[in-house]
Amino acid sequence: MQIIVPMQQTVDLVEELELNDDGTGVEREYLKFVANEWDEQALEEALLLKEAAGGSVTVVGIDETDVDGTLFSALAKGADRAVKLTGDFENGISSHQRAAILAAWLGTQEFDLVMVGVQSPEDLDGQTGVILANLLDTAHVSVAIGVEPHEGGVKVRQEFGGGTVHELALSGRAVVGVQAATAAPRYVSISRVRAAMQDSPLETLPAADVDAPTGTTVRRLYAPESSSHAEMLEGDADAVAARILEIVRERGIVKELS
Amino acid sequence: MGSDVFTLVEHVGGTVDDSTHELLGKARELATATGGRSVACLLHSGARAGADGLAADVVLSVEHPALEHFLPEAYVKALAALVADHEPRVVLVANSTVGMDVAGGLSARTGNGLVAYCNAITLEGDTLVAISQVFGGKLNAEVAVEGPAICSVVSGSFAPATGGSPDIQDVTASGIDNLTTTFLARIEPEASDVDITAEDILVSVGRGIGGADNIEFAQELADALGGVVSGSRPVTDAGWLSKTRQVGKSGQKVKPKLYIACGISGAPEHLEGMSDAELIIAINSDANAPIFDVAHFGTTEDVLDVLPALTEQIEAAVA
Repeated sequence: MQIIVPMQQTVDLVEELELNDDGTGVEREYLKFVANEWDEQALEEALLLKEAAGGSVTVVGIDETDVDGTLFSALAKGADRAVKLTGDFENGISSHQRAAILAAWLGTQEFDLVMVGVQSPEDLDGQTGVILANLLDTAHVSVAIGVEPHEGGVKVRQEFGGGTVHELALSGRAVVGVQAATAAPRYVSISRVRAAMQDSPLETLPAADVDAPTGTTVRRLYAPESSSHAEMLEGDADAVAARILEIVRERGIVKELS
Repeated sequence: MGSDVFTLVEHVGGTVDDSTHELLGKARELATATGGRSVACLLHSGARAGADGLAADVVLSVEHPALEHFLPEAYVKALAALVADHEPRVVLVANSTVGMDVAGGLSARTGNGLVAYCNAITLEGDTLVAISQVFGGKLNAEVAVEGPAICSVVSGSFAPATGGSPDIQDVTASGIDNLTTTFLARIEPEASDVDITAEDILVSVGRGIGGADNIEFAQELADALGGVVSGSRPVTDAGWLSKTRQVGKSGQKVKPKLYIACGISGAPEHLEGMSDAELIIAINSDANAPIFDVAHFGTTEDVLDVLPALTEQIEAAVA
């Protein structure tokens, strides 16, 4: 089975997010970027599927900040091939544009399955995977929590609210949006990533020049205007603990403390 | 572009999901503003589940054997056909598994602009304006859509509409033969060792707890308080806690008397499951974490210092 895993770079949410000059996006120049965590889950599930069914895993990244590290890390984890689609993407990429670029490249590739993170923190115009599937006119399953070989295709476990799961069989080419892999994403040491950098060069080629309007306009980004904010407790851990104890006691929540 | 407001009905076993009633509440308001109708789109295999009671002007009832269970491929194609035929001003879907599997596909197939993770939608003249929660809930995006729009809506954003006697119209399904997706089975969640929805006190851990070994600090506090340990999605996905203890959109919705959030940032998917708790105390090193917007009290002290300190003081107080 030939599996393609698109990998997206996204803002590290641990960072304080600063807005660009016109307030319609985040200031990308100084922010730290990391691999989209759901794409890491998709990669892990793809590697598990390859181990179960044979075949290959190709990771593909668009030329975003620090994408090389993400792609080399994927090679070190067991991906067979890594492709970087180059271009000027410093101002970010919409999901529609990302999907169109991937669809154009996939048109030149042989593959059975695309496994992609179910979402990213930046996909305000929708999730890439489902848009991609419909551009390719293939089947799609979102919120997958397990993919395994099944009668020449795959069986996908799709999760719903409250933990209910549907099992679906996919018999043709498809795109699967992975929520969580069957196992936690594997660890790979820096030395193995370095070895991958030396042994397996990235294939680079220009990203297709696509026209993929979202039909939407971002007027502004802003921090949520919360109607309330927590009262912050001052002092060191012992002082904070003492105050929490007092609050819990005042509310009569724990009988033994009342 | 017409003036109708479409809502995708989510239903299982004849029961319409609460999120649909919330969407219909907003749909009624938007339809009043557009001068169009609130139209509920019900895709089914013969049950017409709950159609009579939907608070809509019209129910478009699409019946097909492939619509017995949720098949993403079938839903997208059936809904895209309805949208192509009727050209609604807005299509509302829930930001659920179904909604995520439908909204983007509908946008790709129709070219209609999609705003995901919406928690507010208004009309400014002919412009639809939606607020989208992005960057893990740390930022809101105000998004304008001039043409036909699709909005996927976060649960709990709108007041539900109830009561109605809609005009039910049967529509022939088109384009959903020859699917490559087959429904195999529906699996209900396993019975749990503990029902976190029934607990008064939850000590809930997130990724910020640092590792599986540190969960014992939360467990010790829960023991001292007479509560149990729950967690956010990353923690259960990592296998640090069992799935049955997951709070949030894809886990359990909880409403305890006390919810202590330990190293939980407060992504919208998590807040959906716990923001109604009576007292929320958040411990998180990131002062800008969205969890502090729903918490009543908070601290940025190290969770691994606060937890043992609090456990010790509670044990001393009850001794």
